[in-house]
Amino acid sequence: MGVEIAGKKVGMTRVYGEGNVSVPVTVIEVMPNVVTQIRTEDRDGYSAVQVGYDDIKARRSTIPMIAHDHKAGTGPKRHHREFQADGEFELGQTLGAEQFEKVAFVDVIGQSKGKGFAGTMKRYGYKGQLATHGVERKHRSPGSIGGHASNAGMSGRIKKGKRMAGHMGDERVTVRSLDVVRVDTDKSLVLVKGPVPGANGSIVVMRPSIRLRKTKAAKAAEVAAS
Amino acid sequence: MGRQQILEDINAESLKTDIPLLCIGDTIKVHARIVEGEKERIQIFEGVLISRKGRGIGEMITVRRVVDNEGVERTWPINSPLIAKFEIVRRGDARRAKLYFLRDRVGKSRRLRDRRRGMKHVTTDKA
Repeated sequence: MGVEIAGKKVGMTRVYGEGNVSVPVTVIEVMPNVVTQIRTEDRDGYSAVQVGYDDIKARRSTIPMIAHDHKAGTGPKRHHREFQADGEFELGQTLGAEQFEKVAFVDVIGQSKGKGFAGTMKRYGYKGQLATHGVERKHRSPGSIGGHASNAGMSGRIKKGKRMAGHMGDERVTVRSLDVVRVDTDKSLVLVKGPVPGANGSIVVMRPSIRLRKTKAAKAAEVAAS
Repeated sequence: MGRQQILEDINAESLKTDIPLLCIGDTIKVHARIVEGEKERIQIFEGVLISRKGRGIGEMITVRRVVDNEGVERTWPINSPLIAKFEIVRRGDARRAKLYFLRDRVGKSRRLRDRRRGMKHVTTDKA
């Protein structure tokens, strides 16, 4: 298991890569992730690393949290999260963009943009109804949601999980296996290929890809060895 | 550093600084790099600049020419490394920003545009 590092989505642009091909990239500014606690099997029953990121003023934090961060020799942080990773970690150690130098593919986790209350066409890609042929005021409706006595019901009501209109977006989304185009440790930036969930400026979490396709896995191993 | 600044720094690497002043309506030569297997050669595409779209790193140009009575338009990102050079052949007189109406023009009316009124602001190059 690899490290999980938090960063801020800066925005998208393009860079010209190998063969002068235009590559769409999302720029992620990696925040210093300070190890604030190390969970051990003996004490906690599981092993994990806890990191804190995003500096805040002390008055925005609470006394217990300030003390917790202080134990690691760092100032108060807005967020803390845990991940399980191989390797040695020290209290107060700072993890940054350099963690991705030998990584070919990453998974990026973010909070997607909220779309509000959305209909089934937008939310699930339903086709809606016809524009003409006598359809009236039902052009974007989902159509039949199944009979109450069919497999969609059986108990006199509609089966749970039936896809209908409702709130869309503003949920945790993971995109897998994005190419790492460039890592800039000086500016602490990571450029990944393609879009990433969330608005610009929102917090995203990156980790070396778990579960890769064969071809990608070969390339990942190659980069890791270099 | 602000978010916009970070993006601009990244873009600065691929933004060209040697682009001449290209105005809509100009007849230009685009020296495009063509990679064929191992070899790379330059292909020159000459035509009228009919559109510039977008800005910064994403700016696109469209050049139109007529070959064998068939209109050909090519579009490139202006900052693409696949373009070696721009050459200006003739300054054209255009009153609008997009010359899409040229597509409907046939015969003489197509090449009617030439010479620019008051070229003063152009001659200073790279304003």
